[in-house]
Amino acid sequence: MRYEAPQTTPEAVALLAGTKGKVHILAGGTDLIVRMKGGFVEPDMVLDIKRIKAMHLIRKTKSGLSIGAAVTCGEMGVHKALKKAWPGVVESANLIGSDQIQGRCTITGNLCNASPAADSIPALIAADARALIAGPKGERLLDVGSLPTGPGKNALKKGELVVSIELPPRDARSADAYLRFTPRTEMDIAVVSAAVNLTIDRQGVITAARVALGAVAPTAIRVPAAEKALLGNKLDAATLAAVGEACSAACKPIDDKRGTVEYRTRVAGVLAKRAAQAAWMRAGGKP
Amino acid sequence: MTQLVNTNINGDAVGFNCETDETLLDVLRNRVGLTGAKEGCGTGDCGACSVILDGTLVCACLVLGMEAEGRKVETVEGLSDGAELHPLQSKFIEHAALQCGICTPGFLMAAKALLKNNPDPTEEEIRYALAGNLCRCTGYDKIVRAVQATAAELRGG
Repeated sequence: MRYEAPQTTPEAVALLAGTKGKVHILAGGTDLIVRMKGGFVEPDMVLDIKRIKAMHLIRKTKSGLSIGAAVTCGEMGVHKALKKAWPGVVESANLIGSDQIQGRCTITGNLCNASPAADSIPALIAADARALIAGPKGERLLDVGSLPTGPGKNALKKGELVVSIELPPRDARSADAYLRFTPRTEMDIAVVSAAVNLTIDRQGVITAARVALGAVAPTAIRVPAAEKALLGNKLDAATLAAVGEACSAACKPIDDKRGTVEYRTRVAGVLAKRAAQAAWMRAGGKP
Repeated sequence: MTQLVNTNINGDAVGFNCETDETLLDVLRNRVGLTGAKEGCGTGDCGACSVILDGTLVCACLVLGMEAEGRKVETVEGLSDGAELHPLQSKFIEHAALQCGICTPGFLMAAKALLKNNPDPTEEEIRYALAGNLCRCTGYDKIVRAVQATAAELRGG
């Protein structure tokens, strides 16, 4: 196996595009190295992106905030501006694994690894985040919801890698929240999860809303019906009930050892309602 | 494919040859002769291989040896100052915070990382910070007490 640690993105793209065989990108390694050791993947080359300095930056851009592909989830958790603007995205990233894992894992890796139960993906979808992708033909932006195409599969083409996750500008009175259900409080994988991102006006009427669910379909899903239920309304009992119903109706989960179809479907609605309430409170809404 | 990696382990410049797909844990144990970090699960769940890499707590089983080039690695072997035990080590003994000892090096490194960032952690913060370390002997309570006692001593000193 070849190990390469290029210092720039163009070098990385050239290596990815010009190498025959199976090339795997290494950021935190918390998925890749486990799969390598288990014999599930046998890379011909591992391309470590952590020597690329720009990949370690969280920075303000003209259009919002940019999180480099090598930024660890632990680093996101201590970044004040990021936490203030996107508390839901940060809490989703910080729920992944132990402190040891937090010191290595990345949301870009979480996204590209494309687990249906990935914690950060619903929060990123609700945030309307985009992945900045570099490749042989230059850069392109892809909305994060389109990057995972199925369990363990993503839309990256030969020679491409995600450079950063781009979060949009933040309006006043906006906030997001992410909740997941796990049998344990730590070190577990979501049975169901929900993310809600809201903007409210001075009267508390919801003027923008995005809702996403995790672990209830082959990929994390956006729930337009729940967003429609929120828009133009305050977060009253009727609105919340409609959000819960829309989210349960959108579920197409599997039965597995962590939860049944019936359970996941019901809990998705409950979590979506609670996440909406948390986002609402953070945005300055009055209960 | 074997390659030379130059790194710093517990303050000493160390060079080692390793396979490109070899983990830092295997390098430490089999090539450098530092067997403090243990392999429990090999998948990042148990924390027995915890080491500090450039100031960040990580599982050495989920780091490639190749990644250590130019980095600083701290292992349990670097905790004591010669024959003088680190306060964490003394308190673990005092509080009987270990039985079989396999998990202990990982707990010590995780506790060291915690106290560096948070010198006065609550019990809850300690339990969360050590959630990535599994112990099948102690039931954790004695470990938590030992970390609390160390924190108090380090603050007092």
